[in-house]
Amino acid sequence: MAQYNLTINGKSLNVDVDPSTPMLWVLRDHLDLVGTKFGCGIAQCGACTIHLNGNAVRSCQLPVSAAENTEITTIEGISENGDHPVQKAWLEHDVPQCGYCQAGQIMSATALLKSNPSPSDEDIDNAMNGNICRCGTYTRIKAAIKTAAKSA
Amino acid sequence: MKTESTKINRRSFLKVSALSGGGMLLSLNWLAACNPKQAETLEMPKEWFQFNGFIKIGENGLVTIMSPNPEGGQNVKTSMPMIVAEELDVAWENVIVEQADLDTKYFTRQFIGGSQAIRSGYTNLRTAGATARAMLAAAASQSWNVPASEITIKAGTITHKQSGKSAHFGEFASLAATMPVPEEVQLKDSKDFGIIGSSKKNVEAKNIVTGKPLFGIDTKREGMLIAMLVHPPAIGKKLKSFDRSKAKNMPGIRDVFQIKSLQDDYKRTFFDTAQFTDLIVIVGESTWQVLQAKKAIEAEWEIQEGYEEKRDMFGREGIRVVPKGLESSASQEQAMIEAAKNPQTQRKDGNPEAAFAKAAKIIERSYTGPFLAHNCMEPMNFFAHVQGEKVECAGPLQKPELTEQALSSRLGIPLENIEIKMTRLGGGYGRRSYAHWLIESAVISQKMNAPIKLIYTREDEMTGGIYRSRYQASYRAALDENNELTAFHVNAGGLPENPLYADRFPAGAVTNYLAEGWEVPSNITTGSFRAPRSNFMACVEQSFLDEVAEAAGKDPIDFRLELLAKAKANPVGEGNDYDPDRFAEVIKLAKEKSNWGQDMEGISRGFSAYFCHNSYAAQVLDLKIVDGQVKIDKVINAIDCGLVVNPDAAKNLCEGAVIDGIGTVMFGELTFEEGVASKSNFDTYRMIRMQEAPNSIETYFVENGEDPSGLGEPAYPPVFAALANALYRGSGKRFYDQPFINQLNS
Repeated sequence: MAQYNLTINGKSLNVDVDPSTPMLWVLRDHLDLVGTKFGCGIAQCGACTIHLNGNAVRSCQLPVSAAENTEITTIEGISENGDHPVQKAWLEHDVPQCGYCQAGQIMSATALLKSNPSPSDEDIDNAMNGNICRCGTYTRIKAAIKTAAKSA
Repeated sequence: MKTESTKINRRSFLKVSALSGGGMLLSLNWLAACNPKQAETLEMPKEWFQFNGFIKIGENGLVTIMSPNPEGGQNVKTSMPMIVAEELDVAWENVIVEQADLDTKYFTRQFIGGSQAIRSGYTNLRTAGATARAMLAAAASQSWNVPASEITIKAGTITHKQSGKSAHFGEFASLAATMPVPEEVQLKDSKDFGIIGSSKKNVEAKNIVTGKPLFGIDTKREGMLIAMLVHPPAIGKKLKSFDRSKAKNMPGIRDVFQIKSLQDDYKRTFFDTAQFTDLIVIVGESTWQVLQAKKAIEAEWEIQEGYEEKRDMFGREGIRVVPKGLESSASQEQAMIEAAKNPQTQRKDGNPEAAFAKAAKIIERSYTGPFLAHNCMEPMNFFAHVQGEKVECAGPLQKPELTEQALSSRLGIPLENIEIKMTRLGGGYGRRSYAHWLIESAVISQKMNAPIKLIYTREDEMTGGIYRSRYQASYRAALDENNELTAFHVNAGGLPENPLYADRFPAGAVTNYLAEGWEVPSNITTGSFRAPRSNFMACVEQSFLDEVAEAAGKDPIDFRLELLAKAKANPVGEGNDYDPDRFAEVIKLAKEKSNWGQDMEGISRGFSAYFCHNSYAAQVLDLKIVDGQVKIDKVINAIDCGLVVNPDAAKNLCEGAVIDGIGTVMFGELTFEEGVASKSNFDTYRMIRMQEAPNSIETYFVENGEDPSGLGEPAYPPVFAALANALYRGSGKRFYDQPFINQLNS
């Protein structure tokens, strides 16, 4: 076990965990930030996507020891009141079905739009390729990303 | 207008009354951390008045509607309360929705499956709303001293026109809740609907996009421990012994032990299916610690002898024979080929063999479909806290009321002491109809005397049983000199489940018809999978009919319409499981909306149509093949599910069904070698991703005034064949074996 000081959603937080613990479980088990989801544990589904210094990463593969001195953002931190343009676009298109993958989808989409404010269809496909939606809401996700791109 | 007896609601009213003053429906549960759909205009009231199991009204006019069924993404948590709100006649803006707990005293059929939630709940939900509305009118009538018949209610406002009096619901809620429950209530004429049929946003969407704890896996309680399981590495093996010393001494680990989830002699219902009942359990303080300890378990496994499982299949007693053996793909295939030679006749019309003997042309084709894993995005999990004789459980489950019996029996605790809270399901697709993980979590909690959250890893889940069966079907069709279909023969079966629906189309449309089925016993457990059996039969039947139409020199849509006209004019046989008029209408709608027959540069089109779960779906799929790569451009859905409660959400569901169907038939496959599942996670089990989804999906609904029927499943099965038929037009190759990617890559 070791002490880690982390910066998550702009707040400084301390955890005492094994250095190998992935951020996914630090967030979910130790910090009660359960919006980041467990889906596969091997970086294949994208449900656990968070931002590390603004880039979308799979938190199931990010050990806590590598997260010190970084800025981490989770779904709980992308806006104060759920009014990030991407979240608003998700509501406008009524995207979710079961909703389990959507936090990860939103984290990938927000990272995309930050680096590429007006992505092409191909850019969207490439950026979102790592996020599985088992319910099949892909066409709505894509439409919502385009709406968010226009409104940002 | 329709009059409906309020019997069910009288009962639920009485139950609620008996509990009033600390009533459980009023208590805040652990999900209170998530905001329910917020009323847009009103603050939370100071006091709630309970009308029945579904409705409570605040003194300020705010209405809470309980959603009785679990939500797994089909939109029932929005659509079911919409039906109540319609008959209550409250402004939707002043409604908040809460998830009801499992309570068979208040509610009937609190489960999701078979696309039946809306269909079977429709009248109850309407009656619940209309009953409260009548009680509000009666209260106003009494207070204003005017006849109830002169009172009108609209959007939460009660009006007596003659005297000019008017009040909102809240002003009479207290009195109305004590009024006698009417024996009968008037239901609205569907032409007067204002909420039903108008698109309402998902009531949980804001909580979803902000990452609130909605799902079972998000459950957390003071002192809660995490549990994980180790199950045998192969189907056909069982636990012999294990060494727990290493795992038990790892940091954070509280205990490592063996459990038996279901007693061997327990008479299981269909929903008590479980692959493995002897399991190693690791319990610890955090998920990562438990995961590390799980890897440190050293176990020895041995061959499981064959056995018989006692079964109670919907009241019918039976035995499931579980054979011994480590199955492999090739041995399974051989067994299926043999079984297909000795099928059971399930339906026979006319004289098929004579018709085949006289045929001018015979078309004969065979199809296969592999085992499929459900792959719900939220891995299986459940929270349980057994405290002496009291059990509290929470988690994702499709059919809690059908599985609590097994839990009660296993724990030796009476049903009335078991509380099951229904969390949002991170996908169901049939997988969460089975509740072995609920029982496992409770058994672990009982043993640990602590609150437990059991979590499966993806690998545990994908290799742990309960799949879609492996299927095979062979078809023969006879055409005469005039290219009329004179005989049709289907021979279908599966390991272990027979997928055949003998009375479905084209039964009833062909004079000489033979349907035969067979099954091969297996120790691999299978179960409901989105549109059970239809998810194979629609694909193969609709692929085959496409070939028969081509052989007859007919347009595939015209060919089906001709057959339906025959089934309508002169139905063959009995018990045909479809309405030829409704089936033809939905096909015509797809034809019209797709401009069928119009050639489009570079586009290959496939058509398919199917009836299942009380609804009809017809689809046209357009694709392009560029440099050998398939890109699906557009899918057009025509759907007849009767009245559509929440149109935009219904479209979303159909879009999802199309994408799921394309993904399943293109990529879905699980095989076994020596009992070991070939895939255990998404690195090898390929799921459809955004770039493989169609560019656009359009959905159109038939408007025919029928009551609502199912929608979670019906758009899923036919798209398999729409893709197969479009691929044929684009590539010149027919696709007989799922998943199609294997043939595309070869």
